[in-house]
Amino acid sequence: MNLDIWMRENPLTYIWLGSYAVAFIIFVVEVAMVRHKRKITLQQVRLLRNAGVEE
Amino acid sequence: MAINWFKYSAPTTFYGLAGKLIPWLAVSAVILFSIGLYIGFYVAPVDAQQGEFYRIIFIHVPASILSMFLYLVLAGYAALGLIFKTRLSAMMASAIAPTGALFAFISLWTGALWGKPMWGAWWMWDARLTSELILLFLYLGFIALHASIDDPRRADRAAALLAIVGSVNVPIIYFSVKWWNTLHQGSTIKFTGTSMHVAMQQAMFTMLAACWLYAAAVVLTRVRSIILERERNTAWVAELPEVKQ
Repeated sequence: MNLDIWMRENPLTYIWLGSYAVAFIIFVVEVAMVRHKRKITLQQVRLLRNAGVEE
Repeated sequence: MAINWFKYSAPTTFYGLAGKLIPWLAVSAVILFSIGLYIGFYVAPVDAQQGEFYRIIFIHVPASILSMFLYLVLAGYAALGLIFKTRLSAMMASAIAPTGALFAFISLWTGALWGKPMWGAWWMWDARLTSELILLFLYLGFIALHASIDDPRRADRAAALLAIVGSVNVPIIYFSVKWWNTLHQGSTIKFTGTSMHVAMQQAMFTMLAACWLYAAAVVLTRVRSIILERERNTAWVAELPEVKQ
């Protein structure tokens, strides 16, 4: 079915899938990346600290 | 009781404050997103001209406002870092950039989704759309320039200059619908009043607050990682409970 016809027949699905679902995925990916970055940074800092303690 | 704000301009104290604020900001953002979406989709009426398609504005307008606001905050922190050489300012500028870029992208994406059924085109080289696209490129330029210089202090200075010069684009985006004949509609909400239905306003402002809280939570989480990274050789980082465990 042509996209133009489909979006006019299903405006709410079009809005949800096209805008809100995309925004939600972007937010989820950003949160996951920020949490991963924190985890990795903490690991690096712990390694550095442990190396310093052993010396 | 007066709060000593200068105390929180040091990474040492700001790190702890940010850690305490993040859960509150994140939970508040989730609650407000839920309320905003409920009002926007179940309470707000259908628009007489645009039908259901207008409901894109509940994410499009907050994302657009946040993309501009975050850039000004970024440029403000960059200027503070450049003038006063405060360490935290440059870290905050770096932490804001990716979130600002994502909001600019969401603004352009949802705008295209709205444009197709309303204008019959995903994209037009309209003044508002083009200046918003330039804002996205400025964010990407800031991130790329910062990442391309190895020395963090030099990277901070170079990226700060770009951020400050680029801030001229924000008023251009805002006033573009007044200065030029644009396809993009003008401001619906003005200081003098609005013709919007009250439920539409409630949904939009609730979503705006939710986006603002989300951005604050994510930026603070990111800046905590940047602080740890940059201050990793200091004694106070080694003494942090999460580092000791």
